[in-house]
Amino acid sequence: MKHLITKLALALTVAGLLAAAPAQAAEKKVIRSVMHAALTNLDPIQTTADITLYHGMMVYDTLFSWDKDLVVKPQMVDTYSISKDKRTYTFKLRSGLKWHDGQPVKAEDCVASIKRWWVRDNVGQRIAELATSLTVVDDSTFKLMLSEPFGYTLDALAKTGSNVAFMMPKRLAEIGTQDQIREAIGSGPFKFVREEWVPGSKTVYVKNEAYVPRQEPSSAAAGGKIARADRVEWIVMPDQQTAQAALINGEIDYIEAPQADFIPMLRQAKGTTVKTIVTYGNQGIIRLNHLQPPFDNVKARQGMLALVNQETYLRAIIGDAAFYKVCPSIFLCGSSLETKSGLSYGDDKSRIQTAKRLFQEAGYKGEPIVLLNPTDSALSSGAALVTAQLMREAGLNVDVKSMDWGAIVARRPNKGKPSEGGWNIFISNQSGMSASNPLTNLGLAANCEKAWFGWPCDSKIEALRKDFTKAETLPERRKIAQALQDRADETVPYVSFGQWTQPTAYRSDKLSDILVLPNFTAFWNIVVK
Amino acid sequence: MRRLLATLPVVVLVALFVFLLLRLAPGDPAAVIAGEHATSIDIERIRAMLGLDRPLHEQFLLWAGTLLKGDLGNSIMSNMPIAKLIGQRIEPTLSIAALTMFVSVLIALPMGIAAAWGTRTWVDRTTMVFAILGFSLPVFLVGYALIYVFAIKLGWFPVQGYRPLAQGIGPWLRGLVLPTVALSFTYVALLARTTRASMLEVLAEDYIRTAQAKGVHTRGLLFKHAFSNAAVPVVTVVGIGVTLLISGVVITETVFNIPGLGRLTVDAILSRDYPIIQALILIFAGVYVVLNLVIDLIYVFLDPRIEY
Repeated sequence: MKHLITKLALALTVAGLLAAAPAQAAEKKVIRSVMHAALTNLDPIQTTADITLYHGMMVYDTLFSWDKDLVVKPQMVDTYSISKDKRTYTFKLRSGLKWHDGQPVKAEDCVASIKRWWVRDNVGQRIAELATSLTVVDDSTFKLMLSEPFGYTLDALAKTGSNVAFMMPKRLAEIGTQDQIREAIGSGPFKFVREEWVPGSKTVYVKNEAYVPRQEPSSAAAGGKIARADRVEWIVMPDQQTAQAALINGEIDYIEAPQADFIPMLRQAKGTTVKTIVTYGNQGIIRLNHLQPPFDNVKARQGMLALVNQETYLRAIIGDAAFYKVCPSIFLCGSSLETKSGLSYGDDKSRIQTAKRLFQEAGYKGEPIVLLNPTDSALSSGAALVTAQLMREAGLNVDVKSMDWGAIVARRPNKGKPSEGGWNIFISNQSGMSASNPLTNLGLAANCEKAWFGWPCDSKIEALRKDFTKAETLPERRKIAQALQDRADETVPYVSFGQWTQPTAYRSDKLSDILVLPNFTAFWNIVVK
Repeated sequence: MRRLLATLPVVVLVALFVFLLLRLAPGDPAAVIAGEHATSIDIERIRAMLGLDRPLHEQFLLWAGTLLKGDLGNSIMSNMPIAKLIGQRIEPTLSIAALTMFVSVLIALPMGIAAAWGTRTWVDRTTMVFAILGFSLPVFLVGYALIYVFAIKLGWFPVQGYRPLAQGIGPWLRGLVLPTVALSFTYVALLARTTRASMLEVLAEDYIRTAQAKGVHTRGLLFKHAFSNAAVPVVTVVGIGVTLLISGVVITETVFNIPGLGRLTVDAILSRDYPIIQALILIFAGVYVVLNLVIDLIYVFLDPRIEY
């Protein structure tokens, strides 16, 4: 026994000494960031997951970009011209651009990249439909010819919402969109370090020393993308309590999306700052199944619209009024296309009365309404529970089916009856960037079978969206957006439960000059002390 | 050899059961891959590419075929070989499992023996209070308390993360102290109680009384005569503990942000990454089977009356 105790004491002493050993010297200019999700798919065209979009922004570059006012600026493109009939676009690439494998960026790479992108992206698909040719002129020049003018062409190539038209080497761009690209070779300001990638745990990027930034100052996604950090680590921390403790302790530098409960604590912590970096935020969506009763009847959909008081939702799921906004417009409030809704329902009591009347007019007789509740998403689950309560108050027979998000994404493509594995309502959200444009607004597309789950079918909405593609000036676009709002008030393709922004917390004693962007977090430009 | 062969049907049954269970459970990896903006058509396309539209028996035969060649397959989400993914996660899991078991055995066995020897004394009562606390306090609560005191307030240890052994034994150990302590609470409690109960039973035996009457020294009596006979249930509990630790201590891994097999399993389940789940459960089943075999062999060593 004595021998054992001696050994134990010795072991603990050694352990103590070892524990006191200095930590490995920190690398120079490293940003350690906890992101909102783990990067598991490297292909920004195959998936529309936000984290893969962020990854794309690190690794790839785009032909054009939006500046802070969403004005299109050339990025990889040096010069471009548009023919008088507005049907031919000629692009010339900047000189000196190189892929991360050292090969020069050529026009053929860009042609192949656009062709891969326009298979998946909904705006890209419109260009593909109109394109008569997309051809290489020489190593740095290529030409796009359209059968008719498409006023949104440059915006489509510049947009920063999924799917982004990222440029990649031809050999990768020629991989079919159903197959996943396994490499991440771009020409962007950071290089992906595959050897250090631990899916679900850590993603590492290092500065691309060969990157040639534009000379203009950074402005959102446009201008010079200058990587000032040598290395960026994205760390996955599923526990928010641990993440905020690690930030306070200086073990990490950045939490992209801290949970609302921890914001007051992080605001008070020494050396940390809480700020809205991604300004467009998100718009909440209550999606109704247009193929199944009762929401195959427009009156029932109007009933749901009447029932949803955005303030009730946002107070419940966001809490701090500084981060949310009640917005009756189907397009993001604060964006250039914000519209006015002609609908007004009064207080909660009259909302419920209106909803009751409309459901009655829809012929609703108490059939169960299946609402899918994603229990692993605090935000969407909160919104689902508020919806269920409001529906009960309106006398509706709501059947809440609780499951994880993985089960919901498997169930929602089911067009069948709710009693046979289908559904009536699910809750989701879209980025404010998507919500700010008729072509990218997830819930607005009403092209029947091709539309997002819920499958609204409305030829008027589709005609207006088509008109939008031809509009070239902002007043023209605004006019169409308002017409879409009026139509949406009438036919209710989806119901918005408001919009909110997600604050970011970071070590302001270490990081500065963080770019404020509409819909993603950029790690270039950040100065690391 | 006979026992080894008998384990094969167990592993095959586990493989079949897991495969069917995953396919029958709600979820669709194609929909997860496609992302929020995808349409039904996009999802169908990805499902076809993954071969998830094929009949179940075809999918099973394909998987079993690659498995027999020693290939665990690729992750549906990241496209990385599963063997590599497991390789990235096994070191943290083995480290935390080994350290926790080492610390637990080192503390719990003397505690349990002392409590049994001094039954109904303060030593016994203190041990039992500790055991009850160890069982009752949730690991995450202990973890957060340890982080607050030893990482944030005192700054002795990091809040989170795992430093590979290759970076040096110092950083490796420093990062593992808090998770090991948090996890050891439960295992010390479990082992101390088991040891005490087993020792109490043995200490009441006639041959112990005879040894005492013959004047055998306390240390010899406890360790040579009593503990060697009381060790069989303790070894069983240690074995179960090791298998539980290897198959994933998700909460501890989550609280201390340790990228181990437990988190890999949970992430794979949430994203419906079937090949990873199948591979991990097969491996865990294999570990159970091997450890059970080892425990059986230790029984024979500890108690020559046991035969197979």
